[in-house]
Formats: sequence, C-alpha cells, structure tokens
Amino acid sequence: MDGPLLAITAAPLDLARLIDRVVAEHQRRRAARDAPGVGAIAMFLGSVRDRSQGRIVQRLEYEAYEPLALQVFDRIASECAAEWPDVVLGLHHRIGTLDIGEVSVAVVAASPHRAQAFAACRYGMERVKQIAPIWKREVFEGGESWVEGASMHPDDRAGLEEARRVACVSE
Amino acid sequence: MRVRVKLFASLRELAGTGDLETSVEPGATIADVWAALVSRYPALAPYAAATSCARNLEYARLSTPVDPDDEIAFMPPVSGGEQVVGPKRGG
Repeated sequence: MDGPLLAITAAPLDLARLIDRVVAEHQRRRAARDAPGVGAIAMFLGSVRDRSQGRIVQRLEYEAYEPLALQVFDRIASECAAEWPDVVLGLHHRIGTLDIGEVSVAVVAASPHRAQAFAACRYGMERVKQIAPIWKREVFEGGESWVEGASMHPDDRAGLEEARRVACVSE
Repeated sequence: MRVRVKLFASLRELAGTGDLETSVEPGATIADVWAALVSRYPALAPYAAATSCARNLEYARLSTPVDPDDEIAFMPPVSGGEQVVGPKRGG
C-alpha cells in the first residue's frame, strides 16, 4: 500500500487507505522478526463539533507548522513503538477550513491484540494534542478566536506521564 | 547576525506576518530573539510565558543559543486545551 503513515494534509482524510497502509506496514515489520500479525485495529477520529463553550461553531480553520508537526508525529510513533513493540501507528491530521462533522484527525493502531491497539491509539491522540504544533481557529456565531491550551515541550515529564495515565499503561 | 523567524496562529496575526528576519548579537539565545520581536511587535509581549519555541525544526528552550541563519519558530499553545483567548461570547 502506498501513502504515508504520518501526514498533514489539506485533503479530506482517506480512512480506508490509512488503515490499509498501517496494516501493510505491520505486515512488513512483523515478517522480519517472526511476530504475530494484526488481530486488532483501533481507530480514533476527531471531528468538528458544532458547539464549543456555549457557542455555536460554524467551522474550524487548522494551521500547522508542517515540517515540525511531521517530526512530532514521528516522535509519537517512536514512543508508541518503544512502549508497544507489536503496534504500528498511523497519524493523519487535516489543515485548512473544516465544516461541522468533518474529520480533522485520525489515529490508527494495529497490533496482534486489542489491549495494545486501544492503548496505543489513546496514547497517540493524547500526545498529538499535547505536542503537535497544530492550531485551530474557531469561527462561531458572532466572532472567531484561536483555541489555545497548554503548551508543552515534548520532553516534559508531566505530558508523558499524563498520556501514559490515560492510556492505562501500568508502571 | 540575522536569524529567520516563523510565527504561527495568534502570534502570526498579532505581528501581521508569519515569516520575518531579525538581528541579534553574536552569542544570543532564543530569549534574545523573542525580545527583539517584542520590541518590534509589542502586542506579542503578553505571550512570553505561554509560547514554546523551536530551533531548526527541533523543540528548544528560551535559553538555547542561536546561530546565524537559524530558523527560530515561536508557537502559541497548541489547540488541545480549553482556554480561549480573543472575543468571548457576546463580547
């Protein structure tokens, strides 16, 4: 399967193609070390919600520092591979203007068993939110604003620990 | 020496540009680049504590030294949280 595992794109996300790509990559990697193949695929999709903090949202505009965002995605995939060696992660994020209901981010984790797939998928999404240089501007009835949250350095322990906590990684 | 600066999201809008150059003394750090920016665009000043930075496509700290022609990026907090700046409902 062609196409990148990790991508920032203005085009609508092709979810079926992303899943195929992740599964093919898992097949490629496991063949080299005689490990079990894919038995579980977890996917998270983030989509544009119509309300935010009591406001009626009309659309979102995403902006990324693309080359750094791709490096951050690569780092997140490496963190997952270190924690769950049998998991392959795919991350695609859209930029540009998105209407209500459109998918803005897709995280796919393929592994032999569901526990690792769910955990890696959740972990990957938390890390995207923490450290990927991607911003969204909310256009709502009566105005617009950048939605900004906690700024985090990728090495900050608090972020790593929080992502592990929500992914239910036991110490 | 000159360094290239990239600004994103709210910082880009406050400065009116996302790509610029600025001049700092040899031996300068990213904090000095930020100070040069703030003197040019005072509206950026309130963002000092919340902004993260990168040097040549690697996350960095304000204490990181810079070299000529480096690409220094200043980034407002990423969009994961709940805090909102800008016009509030009814505002």
